[in-house]
Amino acid sequence: MPKAAKENPLLEFALHMGDNCLILGQQVSAWCGHAPVLEEDIALANTALDLIGQAKFWLELAADLEGEGRSADDLAFLRDVRQFRNCLLAEQPNGDFGQTLMRQFLFDAWHHLMLTALLSSTDKRIAGIAEKAVKEAAYHLERSSDLVVRLGDGSSESHARMQTALDELWRFTGELITPDDIDAALAANGVAPDLGDIEKRWLDSVRGVLEEATLRIPEGAYMQEGGKTGLHSESLGYLLADMQFMQRAYPGATW
Amino acid sequence: MVSAMDAVSEPLSIEDIWIWLGEVPDPEIPVISVVDLGIVRDVAVSGGEVAITVTPTYSGCPATAVIAMEIEQALRRKGVERVKIETQLSPAWTTQWISKEGREKLRAYGIAPPVEGASCAGALKAPPDIMCPRCGSANTERVSQFGSTPCKAHYRCTDCLEPFDYFKSF
Repeated sequence: MPKAAKENPLLEFALHMGDNCLILGQQVSAWCGHAPVLEEDIALANTALDLIGQAKFWLELAADLEGEGRSADDLAFLRDVRQFRNCLLAEQPNGDFGQTLMRQFLFDAWHHLMLTALLSSTDKRIAGIAEKAVKEAAYHLERSSDLVVRLGDGSSESHARMQTALDELWRFTGELITPDDIDAALAANGVAPDLGDIEKRWLDSVRGVLEEATLRIPEGAYMQEGGKTGLHSESLGYLLADMQFMQRAYPGATW
Repeated sequence: MVSAMDAVSEPLSIEDIWIWLGEVPDPEIPVISVVDLGIVRDVAVSGGEVAITVTPTYSGCPATAVIAMEIEQALRRKGVERVKIETQLSPAWTTQWISKEGREKLRAYGIAPPVEGASCAGALKAPPDIMCPRCGSANTERVSQFGSTPCKAHYRCTDCLEPFDYFKSF
């Protein structure tokens, strides 16, 4: 764990929660105008909007905790890859519609559990953000679960695509439910939940939906970690190049 | 203590301000006001400055910034010079705060008002029975949980065959 992180685990956590929302929201927003049907286009855009709104709350908290006079926008647009704390799952490419949905489902199932647990955080600011976000996450999870079942237990083509997506993405789920020193420190003082507890409930919930979707969880898969410490996969660099272009090319531009 | 000076420069009554805010329309559903919607949480007057506490509906709702601007403009038109808009996250906004009048206005406008107690808990379950705002039939079906704005779902009536928006319980 980097020294700075040890000094401010709360900041690391706020960045993790906020960056998850920001990066996934940015990925999902790329579907706007491109989804297979109009209703899905609208659902994806609304989901992205919720996530980016939530990212703003978390990054405002992070900026405050950091205390260096930076704003939520500064954190979103002026940090480089290694300073992002989002999970690897959030930054994975959109792929086909099946991969986008599977990524959303695996994340939503975790996000909803996490936010529900954070309602009783000893930190009132965190509990306040969770109270707002959990209601939105519930709608996200309902939609992504529904579609994973319909497409998994759908045609042979949709089933095959959903299975491929699950095989591809499963290895990025480990870090979401594996506690590191920061998680342990925050769980000890009641700021964040014990990830071991989240793991059990996440697996139960995910297994239930995937079974109904007739999809098979890859066995003995190697779990890739790194997002929470800033070791990201290739796609995040491309995403940031796109998302941060305006502020890099025209520093301080506003509208 | 309220001095004579304050009394002269502070003829603003909290009741008047609530009435003025009741005339500020929601930018996306203009038939209801920001007060009907239940997002104005507090009005305070202190030394000629009016502080309005507003809570967002959905985290990323693009109307939030417009609402703050419209509240400020409405109060300025009434002669209030110093307006402060504060955002409050907790307690989180719920559709239970939409006024009775607001619900009727929604229905008359063609948007089915929220069915309380039917908010989503994240698990797969059957959608609630929603009455068609046009013909009153209960034979309706959900097209999509996500509609034209974050707060609405997309439904259709299987009797009068009209599509309509449902303001989802939240």
